[in-house]
Amino acid sequence: MFNDKKEREDPEVGGAGMADIAFLLLIFFLLVTTIDVDTGIGLQLPPAPQEDQKPPPIKTRNMMKILVNAQGMVLMGTGEPEPTPVPQVKQKIKEFVTNRGQNPNLSDSPDKAIVSIKTQRATPYNVYIDMLDEVMGAYRDLRNQAAQAQFGKTYDQLKDGSPEKGKVKDTYPKKISIAEPDQ
Amino acid sequence: MGHFEKKSAKTSQDVPTSAMPDVVFMLLIFFMVTTVLREVTLQVKINFSRAENIEKITQKRLVSYIYVGPEKLSGNKLGETKIQIDDSIIEDVSAVQQLMYDKLKEEPKLIVSLRVHDETEFGIVTDIQQELREAGSLRINYSTKQER
Repeated sequence: MFNDKKEREDPEVGGAGMADIAFLLLIFFLLVTTIDVDTGIGLQLPPAPQEDQKPPPIKTRNMMKILVNAQGMVLMGTGEPEPTPVPQVKQKIKEFVTNRGQNPNLSDSPDKAIVSIKTQRATPYNVYIDMLDEVMGAYRDLRNQAAQAQFGKTYDQLKDGSPEKGKVKDTYPKKISIAEPDQ
Repeated sequence: MGHFEKKSAKTSQDVPTSAMPDVVFMLLIFFMVTTVLREVTLQVKINFSRAENIEKITQKRLVSYIYVGPEKLSGNKLGETKIQIDDSIIEDVSAVQQLMYDKLKEEPKLIVSLRVHDETEFGIVTDIQQELREAGSLRINYSTKQER
């Protein structure tokens, strides 16, 4: 057996290394390929209005009305809406949601607080997104605070579907409603 | 015949590995061929708006896109704001309802991703949202990029 090998060499190229090369290529491309992730602001639309259904009565103090008008101005308030610069929307929403019945003009409890968003036909889209971003930011901050206080983690760190996350979510339910457009 | 040679003594014990690369390449090619990259040619112009508090959509197969923006015309000109679903421009907003209803029947957990040009007037988005509500596909997502 050993004598055989010495006499004539194997003419084939070693093929075993090829598999490694192929694997290496495969892994390289797997790592390098970035599948671009979709990002965006998620929202749940209200179901289509029924024929003879009146909207449930909501106390004015529990409804933060935000109007983004055609000029790209944000008007918000529970009573008479007042012009608000976009960067202040977050703070106002936080105050509104965490009022817990103190200020008679703001919400009874975070559970009852509703943010109602209204737009006009000529409202610029980017202002609307900026405003929505602020509202989402307010809820995110509040949920992070609650999660941090109760479980010592941020809201995102809590596992999806875990009772902890559910609890934080229930503390600050995101109740954003899109107002019916004017006909 | 009648007596067998002891083969095990002579043949090598190694599994032949020379076919390994072929197997790996075949796998590679199989996956390359079966992976469908769903790309649409955009017929409308879209500049994404930016936002900070965004969420990722991890389940991409649930997503269906609606593109809204000024129509791309020949010679780098931009036309009126139009709606594009899949590969075609939708002229009439009311067609959105039927299209989305069909998609919703196929995928009950449908998320409609609205990819809207940032300078669009919101009226057309309101119209689309009304149609989506009629169709019953209520989960929407305003597609935005991370603010830098």
